[in-house]
Amino acid sequence: MPKLWQVIVLIFFSGVILFGCAQKIPKEALQLTPESLKLRQLQTRRFDSKDENALLSAGAGVLQDLGFTLDESETELGVIVASKDRSAVEAGQVIGSIFFALLTGVALPVDEKQKLRASLVTRPGAMDKETTLVRVTFQRIVWNTQGKVSKTEPLDEPEFYQEFFARLSKAVFLNAHEL
Amino acid sequence: MSCNSTLKLFGVAALLSICIVLTGCGTSKKQLLATSKSQLQLRSIQTRAFDTTDREKTLRTIIATMQDLGFVIDNANYTLGSVSGTKLDNFQLRMSVTVRPRGETQLLVRAGMQFNVSQVDDPEPYQQFFTALGRAMFLEAQQVD
Repeated sequence: MPKLWQVIVLIFFSGVILFGCAQKIPKEALQLTPESLKLRQLQTRRFDSKDENALLSAGAGVLQDLGFTLDESETELGVIVASKDRSAVEAGQVIGSIFFALLTGVALPVDEKQKLRASLVTRPGAMDKETTLVRVTFQRIVWNTQGKVSKTEPLDEPEFYQEFFARLSKAVFLNAHEL
Repeated sequence: MSCNSTLKLFGVAALLSICIVLTGCGTSKKQLLATSKSQLQLRSIQTRAFDTTDREKTLRTIIATMQDLGFVIDNANYTLGSVSGTKLDNFQLRMSVTVRPRGETQLLVRAGMQFNVSQVDDPEPYQQFFTALGRAMFLEAQQVD
């Protein structure tokens, strides 16, 4: 049986951890790494056209094809922002939670819904004026069945970007060149 | 239940509430107009001047730099001279950057960051951002007093 003072100390420290205000930004959060360069190549394609607006509206079309709704756009800077809300239920996780509940009687929260975000940015190619660079970036926030955020992450899988640019180049009848 | 154990239970509950009050952030409404450092100090950490008057190029370079750093752009406005973005990586880092003219030959760039639920007032992340931005602009980010 723990003594009363032990309980008090425990409660105090859990209080500090739960309610403390200090949350420090990681040192590498704003550091450029070799990884950043690889991601830039993955997320960017060069198109042989200087018509930025045509690429932007084709990009908006592709995003709509994929079920995104447009949140923001600024043609003067070549920016389109879009998002979609979808289910985040994964069979494996649900089965795991059921087994855990059967064994312990406690239901673990599972992922329920997610917001998928995309932003597409165009800029004139630096080398010559006849090309435009298009960079698209994806990320998501996942909420669990308790309504708490369970994941916040970038979506950096190469196949997402390959498929997106394949669709975009089809839409503008132009080849998407890798950097 | 004996009187003694009821008393202990009350004692623990009271201590728990005290701990919450002591370790919490105070009245949460006061956060609305709260600042963590002196306004001047924070402004100098968050601001740099660049020797250019090309607003569009500066805004586009800010967008590209933020993308390089892993941000997904939330919005951008040329007229207002503003760009915002969010980086998600088991944390939520929001940044908004504004551009405005300074005299005839310079632009002032100011960045503001929010990490999860707190303001970032540590100079280092801002320094890192301006270093990356300066490199992409081929210009030096100058400290402003």
